[in-house]
Amino acid sequence: MNLFGLLVVVDYEGKRVGVNNRYSRQELFSPIGKEGQQKIQLKHVLVIGAGALGTGNSENLVRAGVGTVTIVDRDYVEFSNLQRQQLYTEEDAIHRIPKAVAAKKRLNEVNSDVDVRALVMDVTKEELEQLVEGVDVIVDATDNFDTRLIINDISQKYNIPWIYGACVSSYGLSYTIIPGETPCLNCLLETVPLGGATCDTAGVISPAVQMVVAHQTTEVLKLLVDDKASLRNKLISFDLWKNDFMAINVQKVKKANCLSCGEKPTYPFLSYDQETKSTVLCGRNTVQIRPPKRMERDLNQLKHTLSSQEGTIEQNPYLLSFTMGEKRMVFFKDGRVLVHGTNDISEAKTLYHRLLG
Amino acid sequence: MEVQVNGKKSELPVSVKTITDLLVHFELDKQVVIVELNESIIDKQVHEKTEIQDGDKIELVRFVGGG
Repeated sequence: MNLFGLLVVVDYEGKRVGVNNRYSRQELFSPIGKEGQQKIQLKHVLVIGAGALGTGNSENLVRAGVGTVTIVDRDYVEFSNLQRQQLYTEEDAIHRIPKAVAAKKRLNEVNSDVDVRALVMDVTKEELEQLVEGVDVIVDATDNFDTRLIINDISQKYNIPWIYGACVSSYGLSYTIIPGETPCLNCLLETVPLGGATCDTAGVISPAVQMVVAHQTTEVLKLLVDDKASLRNKLISFDLWKNDFMAINVQKVKKANCLSCGEKPTYPFLSYDQETKSTVLCGRNTVQIRPPKRMERDLNQLKHTLSSQEGTIEQNPYLLSFTMGEKRMVFFKDGRVLVHGTNDISEAKTLYHRLLG
Repeated sequence: MEVQVNGKKSELPVSVKTITDLLVHFELDKQVVIVELNESIIDKQVHEKTEIQDGDKIELVRFVGGG
């Protein structure tokens, strides 16, 4: 290491000298090189979900110098996230900071060159149609198949590759979907997996997350530097605890009559009626209620309304939490409400309407 | 019967005759699983008809939702 490697030199504007070195190791890696690095810096990656896979992927991509990284999430940080969601701290959990906001703060600290865009919202087809404008690759960091199948249809409709990734316990899998080339998720699944496969009640260890993240980020980098010949082309899965590794060539599964990627696509997952959709968040004992129309909730007004009710109110700039007995309701600015302490949609709605009319 | 499942040797009980039986045996019948038998993928529609032979190489990839 030379002398300058040991020094932190600061110029008159307070900016660190030597930031030109930042990507040197990545540029020395010949499949990327200086040319690839320049390409990376002009690209835009959309990361959907800021949980375990989302924080891992977005940190890698921001460190790698991707021009723009958009990260979207509907939830806020809790203590149970800290074991594996690498961008968050105890402070974020104590203050219930929305994940997208906390992620952006940390990512800006990591690399101020990257345009990090954070959005606190539930991703459905309406949101996604707008979010994908100018996006080069989509990273799947969601925890459910409903959203993945929407991503899958959007990817086909707008010709944007996406990288499926998922994990539970010590098991994980990933597949890279290239519109017009590979089979799509709809071809692979045939049927939408039921709740059992999406719940994270079995727990998860962070190395399983990291392994999926490693596969996803690497595939993204290959796409960003236009090295499609190096793409993995296989559905891979592994179990780190059982020491298993599987890789299957699924090219034959591509179906000419697939409604998402076939000859006459109808994009079936973009035609669902999303109105007033309430969902049970698997394994969380939580119901999410979406208002029928897009709205901006005035949290101060809400605080005033709730102050006459029996319960504890806590507020930060992004959300308001109201605890009564065993139940806790978290109101977001975009109108959504999370009702914790129940898996029953009608019970959650009753509570919601009792408080808000 | 002895087969190789995900690279590991596995002794199957005599009751396991088809891919469907195999998935029940491994408690994967209620999940979405891609099955590869001797390097070809077996369509879900023919799991029940596809018989397993001694020495077969089987790969099972299960879809999960967590992330």
